[in-house]
Amino acid sequence: MEFRKHELANGLSIVAECNPDAHTTATGFFVNTGARDETDEVAGVSHFLEHMMFKGTPTRSADDVNREFDEMGADYNAFTSEENTVYYATVLPENQDRAVGLLADIVRPSLREDDFNTEKQVIIEEIRMYADQPPFGADDKIRARHFAGHPLGRSVLGTVDSVGGLAVDQMRDYFRRRYSPGNMTLVAAGRVDFDRLVGLAERICGGWETVATDRAVPAHASHAGFEALVKDSSAQEYIMQLANGPSATDPERFAAKLLAVIVGDDSGSRMFWELVDSGLAESASLAHHGYQGAGLFMSYLSCDPENAEDNLRRVEEIFCRVEREGVTPAELATAKSKTSSRVVLSGERPRGRLFNVGLNWLNRREYRSVKDDLDAIDGVTVEQIAGVLRRWPLSQTTTVAIGPLATMKAP
Amino acid sequence: MSQQIYTHVFDNGLTLLAEPIASLESAAFTLLLPAGFVYDRPDRVGVANFTCEMMLRGCGSRDSRAFVNDLDNLGVERGESCAASHMSFSGATRAANLMPTLSIYADLVRRPHLPGDQLEAGRAVVLQELQAIEDDPAHKVMVDLRRRHYGDPWGRPSAGEEATLESADIDELKAYFAQHSRPNGAILAVAGRVDWDATVREVGKLFGDWKPTDVPPPADVVHKRASHHEHHESNQTQIGVAYRSVPYNHPQYFQAWGAVGALSGGMSCRLFTEIRERRGLCYSVYASHHTLLDRGSVLCYAGTSAERAQETLDVLVAELKRLSAGIEPAELDRLKARVKSGLIMQQESSSARSGSIAREHYLLGRVRTLDELSQLVDAVTCASINEYLAANPPRDFVVATLGGAPLELPDGVS
Repeated sequence: MEFRKHELANGLSIVAECNPDAHTTATGFFVNTGARDETDEVAGVSHFLEHMMFKGTPTRSADDVNREFDEMGADYNAFTSEENTVYYATVLPENQDRAVGLLADIVRPSLREDDFNTEKQVIIEEIRMYADQPPFGADDKIRARHFAGHPLGRSVLGTVDSVGGLAVDQMRDYFRRRYSPGNMTLVAAGRVDFDRLVGLAERICGGWETVATDRAVPAHASHAGFEALVKDSSAQEYIMQLANGPSATDPERFAAKLLAVIVGDDSGSRMFWELVDSGLAESASLAHHGYQGAGLFMSYLSCDPENAEDNLRRVEEIFCRVEREGVTPAELATAKSKTSSRVVLSGERPRGRLFNVGLNWLNRREYRSVKDDLDAIDGVTVEQIAGVLRRWPLSQTTTVAIGPLATMKAP
Repeated sequence: MSQQIYTHVFDNGLTLLAEPIASLESAAFTLLLPAGFVYDRPDRVGVANFTCEMMLRGCGSRDSRAFVNDLDNLGVERGESCAASHMSFSGATRAANLMPTLSIYADLVRRPHLPGDQLEAGRAVVLQELQAIEDDPAHKVMVDLRRRHYGDPWGRPSAGEEATLESADIDELKAYFAQHSRPNGAILAVAGRVDWDATVREVGKLFGDWKPTDVPPPADVVHKRASHHEHHESNQTQIGVAYRSVPYNHPQYFQAWGAVGALSGGMSCRLFTEIRERRGLCYSVYASHHTLLDRGSVLCYAGTSAERAQETLDVLVAELKRLSAGIEPAELDRLKARVKSGLIMQQESSSARSGSIAREHYLLGRVRTLDELSQLVDAVTCASINEYLAANPPRDFVVATLGGAPLELPDGVS
């Protein structure tokens, strides 16, 4: 296992974890752009643009793009988050050149107007699909409320109105400003021929024009609040809560992850025993998400509307108690076993390593091996977790509930 | 790639399968217990799923807390479900922890407590599973599609019927367990960093003295397939379409599978191209081959806004019918490339392999090696697929829809 890196003259970074024993090669372009880099006028453009990347280039039609990925048997896709857009493919090692060549071509798309208009309908269907599924858009609402004006409060999907109103020139302008080589990283993991990778990137990407890019990382004030939204047709009540946590660059993020496992993992956690095993809730969980300059603890609860207020009070008690008393050494040891095992299992696939290597590079310009992560998990102490809880109390939350309840009281 | 798959059948009928993969640090298991929901009495659908839930609440020397806690300390990523033919228990962890994990699962399938004092908590869990499906229209329409297409017992909802879940008592669950949890017909598959001789020895100690019991096979009920619309307040209309195909063990399975592969799978496939790329009608559209032991089907899904649902259904059914005119060699070549990559990618996941070999053994009575599968896929020709399609054109469609208004059903729909 060897880490390699290189930077082209125009600023494109190339990083890879090369494992000669792997069966496959995973590769992708990680672009440092997402919803947080948008304005109201172009809300949803990052995600819409991600779709448009598969619609063809000056030398390939949309059908060519899809056909060529399928011809090499690639497992490929793309996703957009609040701060990243990622295009990736896993292929057999003999297809490394083809896969990288195709990915490098599609991230310089034609953005033709008729394709733009057709794809706009697909995006609107995607927005409507999520609007029909739990939590029925409450995830966007709570983010906007919690971050109140901060860029991380923006919706990845946008709305039917914002996407419907987008013009193709606005997207072209956003593309030109955000997809500069210095704002992108070519990442690979698994069985990688790194010298070939660099050579190919030099030929295809070396001529890409550099544009100055910037990202606002303003400080984020703490907002707490409570809102209940009514959705009569929903069978269950869904409650989300956000509290501040360590950012993606904070060394305390490992302690935060372990705390979330102890308090709110899907199974075996405090929330599991109190709410799920007992049958009081259909699901109850807590997770930590780190971003650039901010972090979140996000909890999710779904249950019979009748139990909602009582369950929310129980969650609050769990949060307050762990703030008061901390976690036990036995709980921490169990959380370490679970978390380490997950790191090992996901690390066995080049696909799993690709995301780890790529996101570490985007967030911190840092390479971390599987062993580095296992050591970091192993090193977390009970005292460190107590420190995390003092700095970022779980109980100071923004809460949004959605479901059939017409009135709901904050705990 | 050298690959060996080992099989051992114990005297009590339990089949043990193993696929050692030296390049992995992990090991995974899949345990299929022949106690799925098709064994429920027709008027008591849901007992199997409820029993499965209660089996997780303590076994052997462990109460429910010790059960979860010990698996967590072993780092086991686990999952369980109650499917048609089997209850399925699976897990993956670092290789050294596999045997201690299996000893816990031996208790689970042989000595569960099924504690009466946790019955109401378990009942709340399974009832809320039903509630969650009510809020998930894409899932709900496919549950309805299976029911309309397969009938009883194979098309039952896996979560069960509300009335049964409301009324079952602990004695009924204990009786279901006693009758159905058995080694004969059970399959235990392990994959990853495992040693075959040690595995046979240890598994023999854990499961060798488990006594077989006779259970009659589930009876098919005569069923008239029929389309159905259900009203649902939502932005989108959900569409499910099903038609008959052949099962995995059929000599023409790979032809049937190849035809579905032209419809759906990669982004160059017909449904994605015609419905999403050309017309922008949907975000999500797919078709998949679904196989049971003795019958197979193709199940299709599309979700779209109410005002575009009719066009979506019409185009979808037209594409299904167009399939009988045959597929192109290039479509088959792409499918072969996808499958071959997919088989190799599976080698990087112990849990993917343990699941695959367990299911294949159930469906075929043996496990093919990846080389054997690769050769079978290579041997599929466009001509053989088109011959199959000419003789078995997609037809007699059943349509399930969920949304604000029913759709007009195209010709050829039951």
